[in-house]
Amino acid sequence: MNARIIVVTSGKGGVGKTTVTANISVALAKEGYSVVAIDADIGLRNLDVVMGLENRIVYNLVDVVEGSCRLEQALVRDKRVDNLYLLPAAQTRTKDAVSPEQMVELCEALRDSYDFVLIDSPAGIEGGFKNAAVAADEALVVATPEVSSVRDADRIIGLLESEGKKSISLIVNRYRSSMVKKGNMLDVTDVSEILAVKLLGVVPEDEAVVVSTNKGEPLSMGYSSPAAKAFRDICHRILGKDIPLKYPDENEGKGFWEGIKSLFRL
Amino acid sequence: MGFLSRFFKVGDSKKKAKERLQLVLIHDRADISAGMMEMLRKDIIEVISRYMEIDESQIELELEKENKSVALVANIPIVKVKRNYRNVKTSSNKGE
Ligand SMILES: Nc1ncnc2c1ncn2[C@@H]1O[C@H](COP(=O)(O)OP(=O)(O)OP(=O)(O)O)[C@@H](O)[C@H]1O
Ligand SMILES: [Mg+2]
Repeated sequence: MNARIIVVTSGKGGVGKTTVTANISVALAKEGYSVVAIDADIGLRNLDVVMGLENRIVYNLVDVVEGSCRLEQALVRDKRVDNLYLLPAAQTRTKDAVSPEQMVELCEALRDSYDFVLIDSPAGIEGGFKNAAVAADEALVVATPEVSSVRDADRIIGLLESEGKKSISLIVNRYRSSMVKKGNMLDVTDVSEILAVKLLGVVPEDEAVVVSTNKGEPLSMGYSSPAAKAFRDICHRILGKDIPLKYPDENEGKGFWEGIKSLFRL
Repeated sequence: MGFLSRFFKVGDSKKKAKERLQLVLIHDRADISAGMMEMLRKDIIEVISRYMEIDESQIELELEKENKSVALVANIPIVKVKRNYRNVKTSSNKGE
């Protein structure tokens, strides 16, 4: 096996990196691939709760690099989906507990045994981001259609390019087509044109994301909502399938009248 | 305001956002490549010096934004034009 190592990053905080990492990891595993999701947000771990695996953690990433346990011991196996594992971050340590060299060594050790390694990056452009990105061959940059988020994404793309990442693609998250229609939100073409990288997918604003995070069950586990559909499409595009881009409607999941009502809320 | 536009109140904050982004990114990206501006400055001095004597300490070279476009603006004071500029070696015959 020769795993594809993919970092999910953004620059700006809170735009959906952890949500994307969890859902794409689950979706790829459901397609039959073996996946390790790594939480590289050391000190502020969250991927465990979003995936619903927080109660089963024994060891973490820092334990592995410090040699306190073997790599396989730290991997938390998801019992709901075959071949899905989480390597949790340490919660009580800081970012400098791990060096870039150690991250490379750790990811290379996973490369032989799995199909995909997804790395959830912390916000920012400092050490934590560098650790998350250093071992990756590919990068998924998450941005919301807002000026500050797109600007930070541009900075991150510049840094990834200068690190020689060969594949950088964009996911636009929290898209609200009703606002775009009213001319009050950047549309997808604006964002992808400005950032000039390949657009991998568009995830709509979707209340189901919050509900699923409350439960610790990523939408990709088998829900059908607009965001769940978007994650599935993104997973297929990562696998090289040619799925036409759609601009999902956040009203899609709602009833007909509710959709009409929110369309005309003036 | 026309009848239709009053009914379908179309916001223009999207347009504003796009314009502001395009401008701020030109600045951000130029900042990242401060090294590029320095190289460009050296190259410009080298090329122009083949034809005229210039005051290197007074050269101004910067990116300026005007409305929606950006220009490279250079102000290069000339001390004197060389008499034998016809014999200057250009980069194409430098290797001779
Ligand atoms: N498409 C969406 N629709 C609705 N809510 C969303 C969507 N995507 C993300 N959210 C919500 O936004 C919040 C931030 O998401 P998330 O934690 O994934 O961001 P992050 O980029 O990992 O943040 P940080 O930079 O802090 O690590 C969460 O509460 C999440 O539920
Ligand atoms: Mg996160």
